Amino acid sequence: MEMMRKERIDRGIKVRTEGIYAISSMREILYLLGPRLLLIVGLISLPLVLELAPYWKRVVNIMCVYSLIALSFDFLANYVGLVCLGGAFFVGVGGYLAAIFNVYLSFPIYLSIPLATICGAIFCTLLILPCLPLRGVYFAIVTLMYPLFFTRVIEALNILGGTNGITGVDSFPNQYVEQYTIIIITLLFLFGMRRFVNQDIGLVLRGVKDNDQAVRASGISIAYMKTLAVFIASFMGCFAGAYIAHLYMWGGLSLFALDFSIIPIASVVIGGGGTLVGAIIGSVVLVPLSEILRAFGTFRIVIYCIILTLVIVFKSEGLMIYLQRKYHQFERWVKV
Amino acid sequence: MEILIYGIVNSVILSLMALGFTLVYSISRLPNFAHGALYITSGYITWLFLNKFEGFPYPFAIIIGILITSIIGALIYRLVLIRIRGMEISEIIASYAIGLAMLEGLRWGGLRGMTFTLPTFMTGTVNIFGVDIDYQRIIIVGVGVSIFLLLYLFTHFNRIGLALRGIAQDERAAMMLGIDSDMTAVVSLAIGSGLAGFAAILLLPLGNIIVEVGYNVLIFAIAVCVIGGLGSWVGTIVASFIIGFAQILTEAFLSTHYQMVVALLAIIITLLIKPSGLFGKQKELEERV
Repeated sequence: MEMMRKERIDRGIKVRTEGIYAISSMREILYLLGPRLLLIVGLISLPLVLELAPYWKRVVNIMCVYSLIALSFDFLANYVGLVCLGGAFFVGVGGYLAAIFNVYLSFPIYLSIPLATICGAIFCTLLILPCLPLRGVYFAIVTLMYPLFFTRVIEALNILGGTNGITGVDSFPNQYVEQYTIIIITLLFLFGMRRFVNQDIGLVLRGVKDNDQAVRASGISIAYMKTLAVFIASFMGCFAGAYIAHLYMWGGLSLFALDFSIIPIASVVIGGGGTLVGAIIGSVVLVPLSEILRAFGTFRIVIYCIILTLVIVFKSEGLMIYLQRKYHQFERWVKV
Repeated sequence: MEILIYGIVNSVILSLMALGFTLVYSISRLPNFAHGALYITSGYITWLFLNKFEGFPYPFAIIIGILITSIIGALIYRLVLIRIRGMEISEIIASYAIGLAMLEGLRWGGLRGMTFTLPTFMTGTVNIFGVDIDYQRIIIVGVGVSIFLLLYLFTHFNRIGLALRGIAQDERAAMMLGIDSDMTAVVSLAIGSGLAGFAAILLLPLGNIIVEVGYNVLIFAIAVCVIGGLGSWVGTIVASFIIGFAQILTEAFLSTHYQMVVALLAIIITLLIKPSGLFGKQKELEERV
C-alpha cells in the first residue's frame, strides 16, 4: 500500500531563518512570489476590473491615499517608535501647499504635486523637530494637537480661504492618470520602504525605538535618525495630501480632519503593525467598508472604533501576520 | 478686576477638566484618552434622567450620572485596558478609540444642536468688586476648591487613597506590600471618570451639551497636564492657572478664536523648554536627545 503523509510546503524552501530561502524550482518561486504578485497585479488591475462601477473607482483612489498615510504611520510607530496621532497634519500641509502652488502661483499639476510633497515634508519636519526629544505619550499628544492647531489658526486668521478653503485646484488630465499615479506611487513606496527598513539604516532606526541610549553610545546621532524618519513619513503623508487636493479640486479645512488620523491607525492595527504591507491590507479592508457604511453617517466611526478596540485586545498581531502564518502552514500530500 | 476674577474662574474650570485625567495618569500611568467622552456621557445621562422622567429630582440625577460614568470608567479598564497594560501605543489607541466611539455614538444617537442643556444650580448674579458674576460660576470655584481639598484628604488619610499613592510612587514596592495594582487601577479610573462626570455637571450648565465640547475638554485636559507635567498635582493646578489667565487675557485683547491656539502654543513652548512639564518627575524625558 502506498503511504502518504502531509508535508508543509515551506519546509524545503526555508533556510533556518525567516526571509532567507533556498529555491530549487519554478513552483517554489511561485509559492514565494504568489502573495506579492497577487497584491501588485491586484492593485494595478483593480481600476480595469471596476470599469463597470465608476463610483468604486474613486474608492480605489481613496483607498490608496489611506494606504499611504497608514504606511507612514506604521513606519513611524513600529520602526522608529514615534506614535504620530496626527496623520491629518501631513495630509493638510501637503494638500494646502498643492492648492497654493496650483491656484495662487498657477503651477501646472505635474509641478505642484512634487513641489508640495517636498516642501510639505520639509515644513512638517521642521515643525515636528522641536518635539523629537519626546517619547511615547508625549509625542502622541503633541502630534494629535498639530492638525487641530492649524485648523484653529486658519479659522482665526481667516487666511488661505478661511473656512471655505481654496477652490479651483486643477484636476488630473484624465481618469487613468489619476488612478495609476496613486496606485503606482503606493506600490513604489510600499516596496521601497520594505527595502529601506531592511537595510543598515532600518536597523539603526529600530535601535532608536528599542534603546536609543545604546544607539547614541554607538556614535550615531539619534536626532538625525529621527529627523530622517519623520521626513520620510511626512513625505508620504504630504504626497497623499497633495493628491487629495487635486482629486477633489479643493484644498480646505477638512484636509486636517480626524478621518485622516484615525482610519490609517485603524488600518495599521487591523492589518498588522510592523509589516508595512499590513497597512495596505488594512485600508483595503476598511475603506470599502466605510463606503458601504456611508449611509450610517457618523455611526461608521463608532463601528471603526469598536473593530479597532476588539482587534487591539483580542488579535493584536493583525491580519497580515495571521495570514502569513497560515500561508506558511499550507500542507500537501506526498508519498513516503 | 474683571480679568482677575474671570481668570480665577476660568482656571478653576480648567483644573476641574484636567483633574480626572491627571489622577488616572498619576496613579496607573494610563493616558485616559476617553476622558472627554466620559465628560459628555455624564452630562448626557444626567440630562436623560432629568428630561425623560417627570419630576426626577436634580441632585439624584447628578448622583446617578456620576455613578454611571464611574462604572463606565471602571469597565473600560476591566474589559479593555487591563489586557494591554504596559503597551503604550495600544493604550493610547484603544482608549482614544473608545472615547471616539462614545462621542460619535452619542452624536449619531441624536446629541446634536442646542437642545441639550442642564439647568444651573442657582440663577441670578452677584456683584463682587464691581464685577457681575453669576452664582453658577461662584459655585464652580467653591466646589472646585473643596474637591481639591477632599482629594487631598482622601489620598492622605484613607486606606484606599494611601494605596493609590503607594502604587503611584513605586508600583513594585506597593505590590510587595499587598496592594493589588489592578484593583488600584480600576479604582483610579472609576474616580477619574467620576471626576470627569462631576466636572461635566458643574460646567455644562454654562453651555450646551454638544459633542465638540468632549473633544475640547480632552484637549484642554491634556494641555494642562502636559504643561504641568503629567502626573503632577501641583503642576496641574499651576498650569491651569497659567492657561486660564492666558486665555482670559487673549479673550480680552484679541478674540475668542485664539483660546485654543493659546493652549496649543503653550504646550509646544513648554515642551520645547522643559519636556517633562513644569513639575514633571519623569527623569528619562529630561535627558534631551
